Amino acid sequence: MSQQSSQGVSRRGFLKGSGAAVAASSVVSSTEAEAAAPGLQVVSGETSITMKVNGKSMAAKVEPRTTLLDVLRYQFDLTGAKPVSLGGSSGASTVLVGGKAVMASTTLALAVAGKEVTTCESLGGDAVPSAFVEHDAQQCGFCTPGFVVAVRAFLNKYPNATEEQIRAGLNGNICRCGTYANILQAVISLVKGN
Amino acid sequence: MAEVTYSWPENHKARLIGKRVSRLDGMEKSTGAAKYTYDVNLPKQLVVRALGCPHAHCRVISVDTSAAERVPGVVLVHLIKAPKPGDDPVEIRADGTLLVAVAGETEAIAAEGVSKLKVKYELLESFVADHDLQAAEAKKRTKKAGGGIELDEALGEPGDDDDEEEWEEQKVQELFAQSKYVVEGNYGIDTITHCCLEPHGSTLHWEGDRLKVNLSTQNVSRTDDGYADALKISADEVDVHCEYIGGGFGSKFKPDYWGIAAAEIAKKAGRPVKFLLTRDQELKIGGNRPSGFIDVKLGADENGVVQVWDSHHWGTSGFNGSTVSVGNFPYVFRPKNWRRRATGIITDNEPSVAWRAPNHPQACAITQTAYDDLAAKMHADSLDIFLRNLENIDSPEKSLVYAEQLRIGADLIDWRKHWHLHGKGKRRGSVVEGLGIGIHKWGGTANSSNCLLKIHPDGGVESYCGTQDLGTGTRTICAMVLAETLGLPIEAVKVNIGSSTYPFSGASGGSTTVGAVSESHRRAAQEVLAQLFELVAKKLEVPADKLEASNGSISAVDYSGKAMSWKQACSLIGIQPLEVTSIYKRGDDSPLSSSNVAGCQMARVAVDTDTGVVKIIKMVAVQDMGLVMNRKTAESQVYGAMIMSIAAALFEQRINDPKTGAFINSELDSYRLPRLGDTGELVVHFHEPESERARGVIGLGEPPAISGGAAIANAVCNATGVRVPTLPLTPKRVLDALRTAKG
Repeated sequence: MSQQSSQGVSRRGFLKGSGAAVAASSVVSSTEAEAAAPGLQVVSGETSITMKVNGKSMAAKVEPRTTLLDVLRYQFDLTGAKPVSLGGSSGASTVLVGGKAVMASTTLALAVAGKEVTTCESLGGDAVPSAFVEHDAQQCGFCTPGFVVAVRAFLNKYPNATEEQIRAGLNGNICRCGTYANILQAVISLVKGN
Repeated sequence: MAEVTYSWPENHKARLIGKRVSRLDGMEKSTGAAKYTYDVNLPKQLVVRALGCPHAHCRVISVDTSAAERVPGVVLVHLIKAPKPGDDPVEIRADGTLLVAVAGETEAIAAEGVSKLKVKYELLESFVADHDLQAAEAKKRTKKAGGGIELDEALGEPGDDDDEEEWEEQKVQELFAQSKYVVEGNYGIDTITHCCLEPHGSTLHWEGDRLKVNLSTQNVSRTDDGYADALKISADEVDVHCEYIGGGFGSKFKPDYWGIAAAEIAKKAGRPVKFLLTRDQELKIGGNRPSGFIDVKLGADENGVVQVWDSHHWGTSGFNGSTVSVGNFPYVFRPKNWRRRATGIITDNEPSVAWRAPNHPQACAITQTAYDDLAAKMHADSLDIFLRNLENIDSPEKSLVYAEQLRIGADLIDWRKHWHLHGKGKRRGSVVEGLGIGIHKWGGTANSSNCLLKIHPDGGVESYCGTQDLGTGTRTICAMVLAETLGLPIEAVKVNIGSSTYPFSGASGGSTTVGAVSESHRRAAQEVLAQLFELVAKKLEVPADKLEASNGSISAVDYSGKAMSWKQACSLIGIQPLEVTSIYKRGDDSPLSSSNVAGCQMARVAVDTDTGVVKIIKMVAVQDMGLVMNRKTAESQVYGAMIMSIAAALFEQRINDPKTGAFINSELDSYRLPRLGDTGELVVHFHEPESERARGVIGLGEPPAISGGAAIANAVCNATGVRVPTLPLTPKRVLDALRTAKG
C-alpha cells in the first residue's frame, strides 16, 4: 500500500541497531526488543537526529515512522527525490547513503542518523546532469532526479559499462514519458567520456 | 505602420528553428531545482490524505470520524463522497473513489488519520468484464455507442418496398460472397491508466477571498473557472500556477473533485493545504483509457484490397458506459463498403478521460491487425497488403505520403532482409522473430494562444504566456521563436509561462501546444520588430523594409555599414517598454501552422515460444510534422511515444478482480511498465521534404503514440504464425494463443 507512507512503522517505537540499518520489518514492541536483543535500543516518539546531507551536517526531528524522503522533502526542502511509488518500485526517490543508492521512500530516517546522504541537488557540477541535458534524457522530468542519482551510482560501480550492461543495470527506475532511449545515449556518452 | 506578414525564416537562414536545441530547463530538472506542485511547501501547510473506497460498487452508509479526529496532529476531517450523519447513503461506482479526507500536520499524521476512519458499506453487485459482451448484455450493462454503414454507389439504392436494413444486409453478404479472401477475427486492447508519475493534486492557499493554486495541470489558463463554479466565486478570484508538471497525458485538464475539496479544507482550516493523490489512487481515479474489443469480418479481392468491412466493437469507459469512438473504424483504411457498430459497456470503474491521441491507438490496434491477418491468410507480404490498401483510405490525398513513409520505414528496418511469411521464420531454439506494421494519422491544429512581449529600453526581452510545458519543451520553443525572430541569442530572452495571470493560452491536449506558442510568439516578435524597425529606419535613414535583425544587431540590407546593435536600437524606444500582445485563435488561417499528418511504425520482435516473452529487437517510426521546430525535443517526443506504445502492447493493463471488481494492480510493482532494458533499438525518421516544411508547424505529441501497438502485435503474429488477439501481449496470452492454435 502506498496510501500511507509510514504505516509499516508505528509512531511508538523503532528498534535501533548499532551497526547496519535495521529494516522496517524488525520493528517489534519494546518488550520483545528488550527480551530479544541486548545492545539494541528502542527509540520512541520524536527524537532529534543529524545526518550529513550533501556535505553539510543537518538536524531533523523524526518519529520512528519518518522516512528519509519525508525529512529531505519537508524539513530540508530538498525536493529532488520524488514520492512516486512509496514501495520503492519506481526509483524516483533514489539518493546515495554512504555512497550506495537507496530509495529514500523506503529508508527510515532513524536508520540514516549520522550517515552521509547525497541527493541530486549536489550533482550540479557532475557530468551526469550535463549528459542528461545534452541527450535530452528528460521530458516531464519528475523521474529525472532519481535517474540521475541511479546513473551516478551505476557509473561509480561500472565506469566502463557496455551498452548491454547499461540496459541491464538501470531497470530500477521508471520513466512514464519514455526517455529511456535518451538516457541510454546519455550513459553511453558518459562511459565514452571516461 | 506597414502590416506585418507572418512567415517563418527560410531554411538556410534559420539559426535555431529546426536545429537541435537543448531544453532550457534541463539542468533544473536534472538537479532537482525544478519545483513541481508536489514540491511546493507553503508555510503552516496542512497535508491531506483521503480514504479511497475499497469497493467497486457499494453504498456508503455512514462514516465514523471520531477516532481519526483524535489522532495527534489531525486538524480536520472532511467528507468528500460520504453521507453526513442522517443523510441518505452515497452510491459509489468505482474502486478508489475518495470518500473522506483527513488534514494533518504531516503526511504520516494524515495517513494515520485515514487508517482510523470507520466506514459502513453496503456491498452491491459489481460488473467489470468489459471483454465479455454476452455477459454484459445479460446483466443489462450495455449502451448503444453509435455505428453506420456506407455502401458503394454502384450497388444502387433500396427500392421503395425494401426494408432498408434487410437490403443492406443482403448487399453486405453478397459482397462477402464475391470476395476472394474473407477474414474473420476477434481483437482487443485492455484499459490502461495514465499513471502520471506526479500524481494529480494541488498545493493551495487562500488570500482573503482569492484562491491561489499550485496545480499539476495541462490547462493553466482555464482551470480557474472550474474552481470558480464549484466554490461559488468568480474566475478572476482564482490564480493557477504550474511551472512544472510531472506528466499529464490528457488526464490533467480540471481541478478535479479532490482539488475542490483541497480548497474547501483550506478555507475551513484557514491554512494552506497540500493534497495529492497516493499512487494507488492515481492509478484508480487519476485517469484511464477506454478498452476496445471487436468482432471483424472483412472481404478482399484477389489483390488483397479490402472491399467490404463489417465490425462490431465494444469496451468500457467506466460507469458512464462508452467505448472507443466508432468513427475511426477501420483505422486510416476506408474500404468502399463498410458497416460498423459500437456498444458501450457499463463497468464499475472510474470514467475514462482523454489519453494521448484519444481513441486512435485502440482503433489502430484492433483493426490494422485484421489487415495483417488478411496478409497471413493470403500468404502475402504484409507490407504489400498495406501498400495495396492505400487506394482506399479516409484521406486519399495522403496515400502517396503513406506509400513513401512505408518505403522509408521498410528500408530502415531492413524489411526485405528480415521478412518471412507468417509463422515461417527460422527458429533459434524456442525463439522466433517477426515484422509488423501500423499506420496512423492525426490533426494537430494549433490551439489558441496569446503572448505579451515586452522589449525594454535597455534591450531586455521578456514574454508572458499562460501556456504550460508538459515535457514537450514548450518553454524552449517559446524562447527559440523569440530569439530567432529578434536575432538574439536564446539566453537573451526571458520566457514566462505557467500562470493563469498571463495572457490566455489553450490547454495542452491533442498536439496543439507547440503550434499554439509558435503562432503567438512568432506573431508578437514580428510585430514588435516591425515597430522597432520603424524607429531604427528613421535613425539610420533607410527604408524599414530593408532592415533585418540578426546576431544581436539590426542592419540594413543593401546599405552596407548602416547598422546598430540591439541595445542601441532599443534605446530608441523611449522610457517605456515596447509592448505587444499577439492573439492567435484556433482555426484562423495562418501561414505559420497547419494540420493533418500521416506516419507509420514498424516493429521487429523476438518471441520465446516456451515462455511467451516478447522482446523488441527494433522499432522504426517515420513521421511527418510540417516544420520541425526543435529537432532534439521533437525526436524525444517520438522516442517517448514509441516506448508508450511498447508499454501498452506488451506490459500495462488494468486488472479488475472479476468477482469484487477491485482494481487489483494499482501499484507500480504490479502495474507493469517497460523499463530501460525493455525497449530495444529505436529509430526515428522525420519525413520532411520541402513541401512538408512549407506547411508550417503541426503538433507531434499524439501521432507517434498511435500505431506502435498494431506494429508490435502484427510482428508477434508474423513471428509465431498465431494471432494473439488482445493487447497487452503478456507471456500468458502468448502461450494461451500458441496452445489454442496447436489444438
